[in-house]
Amino acid sequence: MDVEKYIASGVLELYVAGKLTEEENMEVFQYSKEYPEILEEILAIESSILKLSQAVTPKYATRKGFDDIMVRIGERKDPTVIQLPKEKSNWTQYMGWAAAVLLGVGLVWFYMQNSQLNTDLQVVEKEKELLEEQIFEARSSLASTEALLNDLRDKNISVVPLGGQEVSPNSYAKAYWNKTQDKVFIDAQGLPEPPDGMVYQVWSLKLDPLTPTSIGLLDDFTADDNKIFVLNNPNESEAFGITLEPAGGSASPNLEQLYTLGAVSSS
Amino acid sequence: MDLDALVLRFQKKDVIAFEQLYGMYWENICGVVNTIVRNKSLAEEITQDVFTKVWNNSDSYNASKGRFFTWVLNIARNAAIDKVRSKSYKNQKKNLSADYFVGILNKADHIDDNEERIDSSALKKLLLNLKEKCLRIIEMLYFKGYTQKEVSKELDIPLGTVKTRNRSCISQLRENIVK
Repeated sequence: MDVEKYIASGVLELYVAGKLTEEENMEVFQYSKEYPEILEEILAIESSILKLSQAVTPKYATRKGFDDIMVRIGERKDPTVIQLPKEKSNWTQYMGWAAAVLLGVGLVWFYMQNSQLNTDLQVVEKEKELLEEQIFEARSSLASTEALLNDLRDKNISVVPLGGQEVSPNSYAKAYWNKTQDKVFIDAQGLPEPPDGMVYQVWSLKLDPLTPTSIGLLDDFTADDNKIFVLNNPNESEAFGITLEPAGGSASPNLEQLYTLGAVSSS
Repeated sequence: MDLDALVLRFQKKDVIAFEQLYGMYWENICGVVNTIVRNKSLAEEITQDVFTKVWNNSDSYNASKGRFFTWVLNIARNAAIDKVRSKSYKNQKKNLSADYFVGILNKADHIDDNEERIDSSALKKLLLNLKEKCLRIIEMLYFKGYTQKEVSKELDIPLGTVKTRNRSCISQLRENIVK
């Protein structure tokens, strides 16, 4: 092959320009490996084009630089973009979240336990107060019962049994009259509970002529546990009677509603 | 430096090799793009695009099909021409006519080309004594992507003489470089 003629044909200039067909390119490539002169010529032509193209680059062109290329080809992260954490870090991230959730649940549980205990404590304290009250009440009840018993055992007491009358034959009551103290204790345990809006009224009676004097009402009958009522009685009573009257009592007894009656024994 | 080995490393996605190639050819590619778009910042931008494409298409290069620079040059020309032809490129005046070198040579030395801002004195030295047809044939074949047929038609010369005419023009250019 005539290398010089081949070079002179101008095919190598077109090779550098990229104007040959694929087959021609292949051919030039093969020759360039076989003949050093051809390779040398190619390099010289390329060099001239490099010089020329270099000369027409903008005068003050600033290279955006390879960093920009690295970002574009994804080999480097753009420093201006905040990177999201990669997948692999998710494991620790999940662990962190799980721990945080567990801690949170634990705290809530402790809080609930604590407030439950506080509530329990309050309940217990209330119960304690209630018990103390009950003990106090029981003690005072015992004291008042003892006082009552002493009153009833007093030597000056005269006992007047009051028997059931027509309206309520089964009713009974007892009057313990302490003449020296002008007090009468009415034991009304044998009386039925009064209907709503009604109240028992106790009368001191003079028999000749029959003169009733009210000595008091058995107020709060239902609520009174021992059904013993203390009333003042300054009268020279000859008998005691209990009638059912409208709430607030009456000026004179309604004898149709006379529940119990008993005369003071002449001793 | 062994260019073939460097290109092989680049094709194996060696970033360091790619950086060297970028350093070697950046100015040339920017120059070629600039003769087409005639806008400094646009030329810079397209050049970055070109090298990105070069990396992403490294598999498609094959030494048996041509020089590495020729391959990159082709990508650059296509990218720049696409940009000029795209609708977004407003200034249609800046077309693909091959009168760039001729225009520069005809300009007086003391007039600084504000628009293109190239070192015209160095260019003039390179193109010294080249005839107008040479300037145009070189611009068409290497910078504007014309085919031999298109050059023949444009310059009204037989197709067969494009090759030899171009050789003699390049020879003159090479002489100027040696000087």
